[in-house]
Order: sequence, then C-alpha cells, then structure tokens
Amino acid sequence: MKMSAILLKGRRMYLRPVRILAILLGLILGFATAASSAADDPAALIKALGTANFEQAEAIIADLGKTGDTRIVPALEAFAAGDLYVRKSDSQVFIAKAAGSGFTLIDPVTGASAGEAPKSAITKIKINNSLRRAISSAQGGLTLLSPDKVVRLQAADSVLKSPSAENLELLEAALAKETDRAVKLRMEQARAVSLLSSDRPVDQKRAAIATLQSLGGRDAIGILMTAAPTLDPALKGDLDAAIKKIEGTLALWDAAQNIWYGLSLGSVLLLAAIGLSITFGVMGIINMAHGEMVMLGAYSTFVVQEIIRTKFPGAFDYSLAIALPVAFVVTGAAGLIIERGVIRFLYGRPLETLLATWGVSLVLQQLVRSIFGPTNREVGNPSWMSGSFPLGGMQVTWNRMWIVLFSLTIFLGLLLLMKRSFFGLMMRAVTQNRRMASSMGIRTPWVDAFTFALGSGIAGIAGVALSQIDNVSPNLGQSYIIDSFMVVVFGGVGNLWGTLVGALTLGVLNKFLEPWVGAVLGKILVLVLIILFIQKRPRGLFALKGRAIEA
Amino acid sequence: MTIKARIGGAMLAAIMSATALQGAFAAEDTIKIGVLHSLSGTMAISETTLKDVMLMLVAEQNKKGGVLGKKLEAVVVDPASNWPLFAEKARELISKDKVAAVFGCWTSSSRKSVLPVFEELNSLLFYPVQYEGEESSRNIIYTGAAPNQQAIPAVDYLMNSEGVQRWVLEGTDYVYPQTTNKILKAYLMSKGVKEADIMINYTPFGFSDWQTEVSKIKSFGSAGKKTAVVSTINGDANVPFYKELGNQGIKAQDIPVVAFSVGEEELAGIDTKPLVGHLAAWNYFQSVDAPVNAEFIKTWHAFTKNDKRVTNDPMEAAYIGFNAWVKAVEAAGTTDTDKVIDSIVGVSVPNLSGGYSTVMPNHHITKPVLIGEIQANGQFDIVQQTPQVVGDEWSDYLPDSKDLISDWRKPMSCGNFNVKTGKCGGKGS
Repeated sequence: MKMSAILLKGRRMYLRPVRILAILLGLILGFATAASSAADDPAALIKALGTANFEQAEAIIADLGKTGDTRIVPALEAFAAGDLYVRKSDSQVFIAKAAGSGFTLIDPVTGASAGEAPKSAITKIKINNSLRRAISSAQGGLTLLSPDKVVRLQAADSVLKSPSAENLELLEAALAKETDRAVKLRMEQARAVSLLSSDRPVDQKRAAIATLQSLGGRDAIGILMTAAPTLDPALKGDLDAAIKKIEGTLALWDAAQNIWYGLSLGSVLLLAAIGLSITFGVMGIINMAHGEMVMLGAYSTFVVQEIIRTKFPGAFDYSLAIALPVAFVVTGAAGLIIERGVIRFLYGRPLETLLATWGVSLVLQQLVRSIFGPTNREVGNPSWMSGSFPLGGMQVTWNRMWIVLFSLTIFLGLLLLMKRSFFGLMMRAVTQNRRMASSMGIRTPWVDAFTFALGSGIAGIAGVALSQIDNVSPNLGQSYIIDSFMVVVFGGVGNLWGTLVGALTLGVLNKFLEPWVGAVLGKILVLVLIILFIQKRPRGLFALKGRAIEA
Repeated sequence: MTIKARIGGAMLAAIMSATALQGAFAAEDTIKIGVLHSLSGTMAISETTLKDVMLMLVAEQNKKGGVLGKKLEAVVVDPASNWPLFAEKARELISKDKVAAVFGCWTSSSRKSVLPVFEELNSLLFYPVQYEGEESSRNIIYTGAAPNQQAIPAVDYLMNSEGVQRWVLEGTDYVYPQTTNKILKAYLMSKGVKEADIMINYTPFGFSDWQTEVSKIKSFGSAGKKTAVVSTINGDANVPFYKELGNQGIKAQDIPVVAFSVGEEELAGIDTKPLVGHLAAWNYFQSVDAPVNAEFIKTWHAFTKNDKRVTNDPMEAAYIGFNAWVKAVEAAGTTDTDKVIDSIVGVSVPNLSGGYSTVMPNHHITKPVLIGEIQANGQFDIVQQTPQVVGDEWSDYLPDSKDLISDWRKPMSCGNFNVKTGKCGGKGS
C-alpha cells in the first residue's frame, strides 16, 4: 500500500522538471542562435534548423523571415511539407525528394542539386503545428511581392492569420505596389489585422476595425476578440458595435446554412431510400438486403479506383463516372440473382421475405469481409469533390453540393422511367393489378425480376455517392437500412414523390433539431415525431389512393 | 439381458475413461489459451487484427520452445460483436476448453459483460485496449492505457505546446467517452479553465453527417482564444468526421484535433493529406524508432504475408500482455490462476517503444505516453514522449474515486481500497 501511495505522488510530477529544463535550454540556445545569426546568413540559419528543437526552430524561422531573402521560400515550403532532411554525417540540411529507394538532395538556399543519399543517411527534421504557423507567417511576409498573383493572394491570407508588427511594414510596402483589386482588398484586411496588435494611433485602429467589419464572418469575430484585451479602452465601443453587426448578419446566414445542411442530409437519405422505394414501395418486398446493395456499390467504386490507381493514374478524376455504370451493373445483377433465387418463391409472405433477405444481407456482409477484409477501404475524393467554396456568409462543401445535385438527377431520371417508358408502364401495371396485367400478356415474373434489379442497381449507384462521404466497410449498409425504411414509410409507400418530400423533410427537421438539442436527442426526437405522425396517417405523407395493392 | 446390460455398461465406462484419459493426455501436451475477439459484426474492423497478433505471438513463442516445456495452443472463438455472447464464449473457453488464460475484448461493454464470468470461474483475462478506468478486477490485467496514460498527457501537450485555452470535448455517446470527458473536464477546471471555455458534445454510434457539428466547432473556435478538439469519437464515425474537417478547411494549425481512438489502422481508410498535423495520443506508434519495434513489424509482415499491414497501439498492448503472462507462468512454474496472479505483479517485459513495461499491483501497467502528428502517408510523427507513466485505475480527478486505490498483492488483495476510511470496498468520499 505504501508503494502505491508513493507511485500516486510520483506520477503527478512526471512532466514538470523535464519541461522546465527544456524550456530554459530552449531560451538560452534561442538567444545564442539569434545572436550568432546577426550576420543574416540564410544558409547558416537553415543549417541550425538541423539540430534545433521545436522552440529553437521557431526562433530560427522568425529570423529567416526577417532576412527578407526570397531564396529561402522553397526551403520553408519543403519544411512545412516535411521534405527537409539533415544529413547524419555532417549535419548539413537539404531538401530531399524520394527517388527510388533513396533520396535526391537539393541545396536549400541555392536550389542546386547535391547528389543522392540512401534513406539511412538522412533524418527528417520534425515539425509541429506551432512551427507550421511560424512558417506560414514567415512565408507570407516573404512572398507578398511575388510576381504571381495567386501567390500574393495566398501570402496575404497567411499574413492575415498570423498578425505581427514586422508583417505590417512588409504589407504596407506591398500595398503601395499592388495593382490587382482582389489582392489589394485582401492585403488591406491583412493590414488591418496586423495594425490592431501594433502600437499605431487610435484613429488608424478605428479604421482597421471598420475594414474588419466589412470582412465579416466568423474569422473577423475571432480576430476582433483576440485583439480586444490589448486595445485602447476608447475603441471598445467601436469594437463591440462591429462584433454585434457581424453577428447580426451571421445569424441570418446560419439559418440559411442550416437549411442547406438539412437539404444535403435529406439528399443522402433520398439516395439511400430511392432504391428501396422501388423494391419496398412499389413491389412491396421487405428487402433487408437493401443496405448491402448500397455497400456493394461502394465496393465497386473502390475496385474501380484501385484499378485506375495502378493502371491509369491520370484518369483518377473520372473514376466516379466509370464507377457509376459498373456499380449499377454489379448490384443490378446481384439483385436479379436474389430475386430469381430467393424472393420469387416468397411473394405474398412478407415475414418469410423479411427473414430471408436479412439472411442474404448477413451472407453478403461476411462475403465482402472475407474478400476485402474487415477494415475500411480507402475511396479517394476526386479533386472536384474536395474542399469548399464560400457562398455569401456560408461555406458550401463541394462533395455535398454534388451529392444534392446527383440525388435529384437520379430521382428525376427514375420518375421519367416510371412515367414515360414502356418498362415503367408494365411495372406500374403489374404492381397495381398483377392478374389483370398478366392476362393482358405481360410476363409478370420477368417484370418482377427486372424491377427488383432496377431497385438494387439504383441502390448501387447510391453506394458510389455515399462512398464519398462515409466509410467503405462491410458495415456500410447497416447504417442506412433503418433510415431508408423510415423515409419510405414516412413519405408514403409506393410513391416516389413521397420519398423525395419525406427525405428532405426529415433531413431539414434533423438539422434544425441538432444545434438545439444535440445530435443524440435530435435523432430520438425525429423518431418520436415519425411514430406520432404514423399514428395519425398510417399510410404516410402521400398515401396511394384507390385499391390497396395486393400481391 | 442383465449380463448384456452389464457388459454394455462396462464397455461404456471403459470408453468414457479412455476418452477422459486421452483428454488429460492432450491437456498435458499443450497449454491452451483463449482468444476472444469479434471476427464478425461491427467490431470485426478492429478486433480481427488482434486475433492475428495473438496467433503470431503464439507461433513465435512455440518456435522458442513454448512455455514450461509445453507448446501453446490458441483457441479462437468469435463473439460476433455481441456483448452477451462475449460472456457465453468466455464461459465456454474457461469451462469447456480449459484455457489457462484469455486474451480478448475491445469495447468496455464487452469487458463488463465477461468480468463476472472471469471472477466466478477464477480465470485470467488480458485486456489490450485503452479504456475509461474506474475498474480494477483481480482477474483482469489491463494492458491498454488508463485515462492518465493517454487523455491527460495529451491535454497537457496541447496546453503547453500549443497554448490551447478553449476546449471542445467531442465524443461518441457511450461509457468510455463520457467517463473520459468527465475526468478531463474536472482536470481542465483544476487547471483554471473556465466552464464557458469547455464544450462537451456527443453524437450517436456510426454518426456520418458531421456538417452541423463541425460548423459548431468552427464557431466555438472563433472566440479569440486558441481552441482544440479532444476527440473520443469511436470507430467508423471518425472517417466522415475527418473528411468533413478537411472539406470545411479546418487545418491543424487553426484548430488541432487530438484523438484517442484513431490509430494507424483507422487512418488506413482515409486520404490523410488534409489532416496533416492533427494529433493522436497513444503509448505506441508504428513509427517508433526502436530495434525491438522494427523486429516486431518485420515479424508481423512476414506472418500476415502483407508488407502493407500497419501496426497499432492495441497490438503493442496485446504483445506486452502475452509476454507478461508467459513470464509470470514461468516464474510460478504453473498455469494455475491464483499462482499466476500472485507472480504477475512486478513482472517487467520489454515494450515496443524501447523501454520496459511493468505490471503494477493494481493490475495496470507502466508505459510512456507518445503524442503523434498525422502525416501524409497515414503514419504518425512523434512530437512528444513522456517517461513511464503508471496506469491509474481510479481517477484522482473524480470525487467518487479520488480516495480509492487498488492493490492485488497479499494481504491487501483489494480492488477498491478507500484510503480515507481505511476499508476495502465502496465509493470514495
């Protein structure tokens, strides 16, 4: 017992002495390097990086920024990207690029080639987040005068995020020469940020606050709040007014953003449910293997991307376009086999169908697990599906936007097929009155099989889209099956429009509840609301009129 | 007829005793150990790897001549990510297969489900995953991290190296994140962080639509103070979370995320380029630069016949647990549970980060805490390593458990000794 009491005490102190020592050492060494590098020699500074710890490196980078020497920009970029290495034999620092089994070395200042080195002869210089921040600040200051417009804009952006007194002077020099309007605007905003933390007179700061107010958005609030504690008390009124104004506009945009999130969640639900609205909604089959069709579609995307990665790396941006027909054919065929092999013997026996398709879903899951392994598979986002773009005061991510458009396209396509094509006509005839359709000469078993295949194929296409936002693992389907049934039942069985309205309503409802009560409770509330709704309207939002569809 | 019956009975008895003899014979020939990891269902994604590691460790040990001169034999069962089934399978392993020890479980729910079985049948479980603490059983050796071996050092790192003042504790809604966040909140507040600067958020299992949550984090982070996210998000929900962070342009330089459940295995399913600089806290990373680790990775690649398979922290914990058991059995000279439990305290075996891990009297182990940054190749770059930390089963930051300690050595032999009342059992203050 005594021993554990000692241990209890001991472990609270494990960090302190070491840390304090490290900081002290860092400070001393930091001063030393600062003093010795008064010569402003970038080569010597970069060499010192090879042996510096994180604190020292940060001081060195600040010194590098002060040299104003643009030759070091590639070295800084390489450092941020983790491509800066130190040679073990003579502790020289190089930019190293992997070449075959070893690395080619490049001199960090002159950019001249410095031969090759095996992997064991060099060590990577480690970097952490505070270093990355220091680098982007130094880099920003150095590239403000770059001839390339895009680089200047990036430079202004990074200076905006890391205000400092040195940057202020650099910015003002750059502003005097700047001709491009967009860059100039960004530089003025960056100047305002740096100005707030400087010792300039009060009216200049007041103007800076006004500039930041016009910048708007969360970032501006963050900048103003950071500056607040050190600001002249005379400016407090201006500051509070500016923050209030920005928050006022943001509140409106937040509401818009919520609607957008809701629509995008709704479109995901729509994608997951639309195949089911055919197999369950139109045909009346309780298809528990629907989620696994989505999963098969996602795995088809993975296989297509794998082939493209190894054989035609240039075509990666088209991988999804290629995956769509592949996924449709694969899952459509799987659906056809399931219908012909299992479901056709069970028409009119919903309970047995439920159990059988649930079994099929387990078989498919384990099959995929055996072939592809239990872990997640990496499906990459093509470049046009990565990142986001600003729309007024909100950020719209590209992948969500494409998914919204994609799900609406699928919906309209399916609607056309059902209402305008001969196959759609047969499908509707068979589901409305099987015996009558049969006596008119329609081969009902054939129509059943292909309707089921169509529903499965569309689930597969949905899988391609969902692979972009979710895990590609054998469990992918399970997480969508409940939501899909919920949407179809809520929207009204047998009605495509019902599925659309149901999905979007549930999406928006969910996203309005989420910030208010949290994600967990939000989901429960939605379920409770649906239960209450079904009590009132058992046939969903858009109930089919007329005779009930009996098999 | 009676004679016939008698002959029949004798024959039956003979057969039965023969099989019994044979059974005894087989048991003397090998030592059986149980492997209790889900190979199907939702947890298969993480647990299958641990089953493979156990098989590898057993094979390696047998190459060295086994234990006590006998070969080891792994009995693998599949509890299928089903918590009650874990208890059934554990009972089967102990009573039917007569295993000497069991290596298994991943989620806390599965551990809680098997715990009474191991205590009732007096067997030994080695649990290789980081967990929320607040437990110490005589029949379980916890080789994963307790909160003070993962969560608290990670928060310290952010506070000291990144100057973080505002905290988002984002987790999946179940016992591990909730307890960890409770401990972290108490810890942060003891460090002078105001309640207004802590936001705690939970999402359901397998959550995939992170748009609102991420924008909430973004606006929480724009209050003029350096903000970080401490993530106890579990399993599959991580991939969409990180994807959304990347797409909404939250960089590690702006709002770093430190995760306790994201390792090399989880990152294998994501493009990590937008995530460079986000952090994870573990006791082991594949990138650890130590000869023993290089050797382990080599053996692993050879065993799985796949040189792309990554290694991760629970694998190291399984490695430590297995070796500690082997050493304890050899010290005790028997696989008898009581004797092994007595001899395992104080056993010290090499860990994969180049040091030694010791089994402490509270059935937790010592190990260093590593903070790593995600790299573009899906590996971690270690930015900080602490000295050895002793696993603290009862957190010092929760009012209910701060007076409790655990010591399974005789004569104390108690899992929840209250140092205030001087009695074994019950909650603190």
